[in-house]
Amino acid sequence: MMDLSGIDPLVLLASLMVASTPILLAAIGELVAERAGVLNLGVEGMMITGAICGFAIAVETGSPLAGFLAAAAGGAVLSLIFGLLTQIFLSNQVATGLALTLFGLGLSAMLGQDYAGIKPPATGKTSLPVLSDLPVLGRVLFQHDMMVYVSLALVALIWWTLKYSRAGLILRAVGENHDAAHALGYKVVRIRLLAIAVGGACAGLGGAYLSLVRVPQWTEGMTAGAGWIALAIVVFASWKPWRVVLGAYLFGGVTVLQLNLQAAGVDIPVEYLSMSPYVITIVVLVIISSDRSRAALNAPASLGKVFHATD
Amino acid sequence: MTAPPETPETPPAAANGAPVLLTVDGLTKTYPGVLANDHVSFSIAEGEIHALLGENGAGKSTLVKMIYGLVRPDSGAMTLRGHPFAPSEPRAARAAGVAMVFQHFSLFDALNVAENVALGMENPPGRGALAGRIREMSENYGLPLDPHALVGNLSAGERQRVEIIRCLLQEPKLLIMDEPTSVLTPQETAILFATLRTLSAEGVAILYISHKLEEIRTLCDGATILRQGKVAATCDPRGKSARELAEMMVGQALHVPARTGREAGPVALALRDLNLSPATPFGTALKALCLEVRAGEVLGIGGVAGNGQDELLSALSGESTTAPDAVVVNGAPVGHLGPNARRRLAVLATPEERLGHAAAPDMSLTENALMTAAIRCNLTDRGFLNRPAAEEFARRIIAAFDVRTPGAGNPARSLSGGNLQKFVVGREILQAPDVLVVNQPTWGVDAAAAAAIRQALLDLAANGAAVVVISQDLDELMTISDRFAALNEGRLSAPRPTRELSIDEIGLMLGGAHDMEVAHAEA
Repeated sequence: MMDLSGIDPLVLLASLMVASTPILLAAIGELVAERAGVLNLGVEGMMITGAICGFAIAVETGSPLAGFLAAAAGGAVLSLIFGLLTQIFLSNQVATGLALTLFGLGLSAMLGQDYAGIKPPATGKTSLPVLSDLPVLGRVLFQHDMMVYVSLALVALIWWTLKYSRAGLILRAVGENHDAAHALGYKVVRIRLLAIAVGGACAGLGGAYLSLVRVPQWTEGMTAGAGWIALAIVVFASWKPWRVVLGAYLFGGVTVLQLNLQAAGVDIPVEYLSMSPYVITIVVLVIISSDRSRAALNAPASLGKVFHATD
Repeated sequence: MTAPPETPETPPAAANGAPVLLTVDGLTKTYPGVLANDHVSFSIAEGEIHALLGENGAGKSTLVKMIYGLVRPDSGAMTLRGHPFAPSEPRAARAAGVAMVFQHFSLFDALNVAENVALGMENPPGRGALAGRIREMSENYGLPLDPHALVGNLSAGERQRVEIIRCLLQEPKLLIMDEPTSVLTPQETAILFATLRTLSAEGVAILYISHKLEEIRTLCDGATILRQGKVAATCDPRGKSARELAEMMVGQALHVPARTGREAGPVALALRDLNLSPATPFGTALKALCLEVRAGEVLGIGGVAGNGQDELLSALSGESTTAPDAVVVNGAPVGHLGPNARRRLAVLATPEERLGHAAAPDMSLTENALMTAAIRCNLTDRGFLNRPAAEEFARRIIAAFDVRTPGAGNPARSLSGGNLQKFVVGREILQAPDVLVVNQPTWGVDAAAAAAIRQALLDLAANGAAVVVISQDLDELMTISDRFAALNEGRLSAPRPTRELSIDEIGLMLGGAHDMEVAHAEA
């Protein structure tokens, strides 16, 4: 029989934030790349590369912080392979991104051979003073590990940069109309490479969060489609940073809820529950995209187009 | 860079006695297989409005790109105010006081006016201060603008103002303008000229590129004419006729389209209360269009781009479908039919965008010929392509319309704008349409090719077809159309016989003056 009383909404909310953080990190990085006009479908590959890089370095050094830094570096390096191919050699972005995912999955499996079944050093919880003592809210919002706050701070930073800084304006201009940006003398390729690297670093962080905090363990193919969800969330969020948070938490929430429902013994086959987040993502995407004119208005106009300086 | 062949001497002051601002000496630039600029030399005095004339491919854009630092010359030198000037990038050119208004606006639709302006400046002031300066500058020069308006929602004239204001905020000494009036109504052009004369009086030199010779005669103090990458002549345009200038550009006598008197036949195409919502967020809705075009008649539809031209073409070609009764051809409702069904009924169209819309850039001319002519010319056989027939048809177009290309197997992308335009217009004409709709048939096409295309349209009408020409070029519409209607904000004026209209009246029909007042009120 169904027994929903076993689900504590407060615990649910708290675990929602943890469950959402990997896709939030990956999605906000992809948002930066896409706002610069680059469609990098290799998020999954960069995430899992970050997951193993972070895991290995954290195990070797005993420091989760060193692990996260290595994960960001690993994701960025992998993304720059994509950058080199698409921006310098002008390869097709979709095909190259897909290849990057496959490459990342294979590379991580090879790097991770000796790390299966090991426990990583624990990433400590960082209770924010005063705030964490608040009744109810303190437990839900302010008793997480550092990376949860880092991910939200990153969203705030990227939002501010895109909206208010000159660097953000130039990045948006490049994504909007690369020919015009080039005519005005901006270095389109260089700006895009930077954006791609930021996207790779964020995806790497997201992957490491999975292997060091959320699971925490290394298994082959452990990202299990999180990178694809991150890509969908960027569209869902119509390329706006705060909506990425909404999308990631919504998706994380559904994931956590279905786990809880399973634990509570709801009389629905497990497979339906596990596929529900993906079905809901598809439904939401369809609803969002139904207003064609608005979706078109928000998408960076040069997204996915090859830039070739004619001169 | 190699050294210039000879040391530049101090050039003589220009005719008006003002000191020389920019000297270009022996600039040469080679692209693979093309000598784009061959030892080009000229100079501009401070405050001079200097025209740069030439056909497409004569080397005008390469020359201005070198002055603006987008392209580096292979050899030759420039001096700006007596100092050597060799900008390595646009930033350096801007810092030296050179600004440029581009032909295809270098604007960002999804950003607002202030953001667009900031992108073109080296050290823009803060948001509030910049908005204030844009307001002040735009009022001073009679070019009102709202700094917070989204550029995608602006008219072509307003978009150009954004570019000009962006340049003026840099306090340039030399302003380069590439085809600035091709998208403006006569009234907007008059405002632009007043602004340019004010700037000239303030000592700003203007390098002015245009195909419109009458404008150059009224506006410019001097002219340099390029032909095949070389300076063909230097003259004072005020002392020449438009025809003389055109012939200096082409290097030969010019053919002027001839009209033959003809009787209009029965109504071939009728629009009855045609409404259409745009396909893109920045498009224009068509509102209750009514129109009748008779067989043997050329109807000109004027208007500034972005007032519904693209939507009207797609409603007529069948790319957008409407209520069946909204578009009627020879008495039969066709509004609900797609392009191929309309082709069967001899309704053909040529859209404005040559590369990517009228022709697939990377496909051969044969394949491009097949794409619209397969039905009417029987180029397919039970689902299989009849390649020999398609090639034969492509060769017929190439021969009949003097398309200069090595052969029908060449990709569409390899043709110059004028040649490709002759090809795509010719492709429809040779299918013997009853109704032909063309959008901007001579946009960016040089004088000789434009004359050939116009003549072909007139000949088609003389053979009994109804021809609708949508164009921004009023001189063109005055030359070839029997009746004229204006398309403004998706509404079509009642057509009037072209012979009875003056250019000023047409300007008023286009709503140019009306637009200006609205812009003032909003600013």
